[in-house]
Amino acid sequence: MNPADTAFVLVAAALVMLMTPGLALFYGGMVRSKNVLGTIMQNFVMLGVISVQWALFGYSLAFGPDLGHLIGSLDWVGLNGVSLEPFKAYSETIPHQTFMIYQAMFAIITPALITGAWAERMKFSTFLVFMVLWATLVYDPVAHWVWGDGGWLKNLGALDFAGGTVVHINAGIAALAAALVMGPRKGYGTEAMIPHNLPMTVLGAALLWFGWFGFNAGSALAAGALASSAFTATHLATAAAVLSWIGAEWIIRGKPTTLGAASGAVAGLVAITPAAGYVGPMSAIIIGLAAGIICYLAVLAKVKLGYDDSLDVVGVHCVGGMVGALLTGFFATKLVNPAGGDGLFFGNPGQVGIQALAVGVTLVYSFIISYILFKILDATMGLRVSTEEEVAGLDISEHQEAGYSL
Amino acid sequence: MKKIEAIVQPFKVEPVKEALHKISVQGMTVTEVKGFGRQKGIREVYRGMEYQVDFLPKVKIEVVAPEDKVKTVVETIIQHARTGRIGDGKIFVYPVEEVIRIRTGETGDAAV
Repeated sequence: MNPADTAFVLVAAALVMLMTPGLALFYGGMVRSKNVLGTIMQNFVMLGVISVQWALFGYSLAFGPDLGHLIGSLDWVGLNGVSLEPFKAYSETIPHQTFMIYQAMFAIITPALITGAWAERMKFSTFLVFMVLWATLVYDPVAHWVWGDGGWLKNLGALDFAGGTVVHINAGIAALAAALVMGPRKGYGTEAMIPHNLPMTVLGAALLWFGWFGFNAGSALAAGALASSAFTATHLATAAAVLSWIGAEWIIRGKPTTLGAASGAVAGLVAITPAAGYVGPMSAIIIGLAAGIICYLAVLAKVKLGYDDSLDVVGVHCVGGMVGALLTGFFATKLVNPAGGDGLFFGNPGQVGIQALAVGVTLVYSFIISYILFKILDATMGLRVSTEEEVAGLDISEHQEAGYSL
Repeated sequence: MKKIEAIVQPFKVEPVKEALHKISVQGMTVTEVKGFGRQKGIREVYRGMEYQVDFLPKVKIEVVAPEDKVKTVVETIIQHARTGRIGDGKIFVYPVEEVIRIRTGETGDAAV
């Protein structure tokens, strides 16, 4: 056991925790003022819901003793056996419990990301049920495949340092299923749906950027060279994506926007997530530049395709996650991380195929299960608030309060 | 007595106020308003979504003046609110039937 590593991972866990309220502000600023609390609530409350789910059985399903390379067993239900000694398969230098609580923060923010897709129209009660089901049936198994001891994608050699597939592609494609099943907001395409508080969104993006150092550097699970390299890669990719997003905007639309800078930062953070611990600083800049442009084009494409993924979870997280996961297959090098792998540019073309497989499997599995869950809940509980409630806004209709009283 | 209601560009409120002070206008009411005239609105873009924003921010200044001063007040406002470009705003003049100062009960020109 190593006290420095333990301290580092505990601090990283706290940083990742802050990302969920950061996401709440990021999303909250982009909705209309009548939905600001409803949107923030759907993120903030995940700290409550998933923390408890994780301790009761989520952690056991994701990281517990392997069953058929597909899922963890229920041996660690109620954190039974998750001790203060290291669990060697995950880390030899930090307590097993430290690893568990660090991973809890990932399990919390992943489903929270999806909330941007159904912003301004989802019923709160159905939302809570969906989140518990999605965490249990989608997040926990996929986390097991990629990160769990014995998971089949991990055994294949898929590289996902901090969650490009498990977190971002997973949540991003579920967001597409949500937007398709739920349909657009009332008035979408005809009424102006202007972000009510972009300073709030920029503050949220800043908190995400800050917390993401815990997400990516913390994934080294040790206070050492690998954490430093992941930290640097994270920062440089994000910086590059800010520049490429506003650059693309400037060329295509004529003006660089603040919302574009904030969105570019998040796109860069998403894309570097799978790669952070496997690539060097210059590769990180290239990944960030690519993510900023590709995600911006994906967001533009949404308008043409006509589905209402209200806050662009698909364009930023799903597409950004794919860019990062696939480019990891090109830019990964054992010079950065001997325990990682080499990508195509470092003499191992096969890694691209493995990365593509991990991406494809996550896309298909998460989309299908999410789609089925939405259909079932739509038929039983109803996914949307009534038209009248939607017009009044979620703050008053779902929570009986107002974000601003002037 | 007349009420002069001027819709002006927000950045022109201060110069207009100063100029009205100089010609001894002792009181006014200002309100932040939104609207459009022949200028129409502007376009705003958020990520991929473009919106036509029709209502632009303006400030409404209301001043009540005795008959003999109306012309000077209107000219002062025009002089200080004008840029010569579209969107400078408009001035409306209405008759005022009565003015009462609440504190003293004075009426008419004495109450303005």
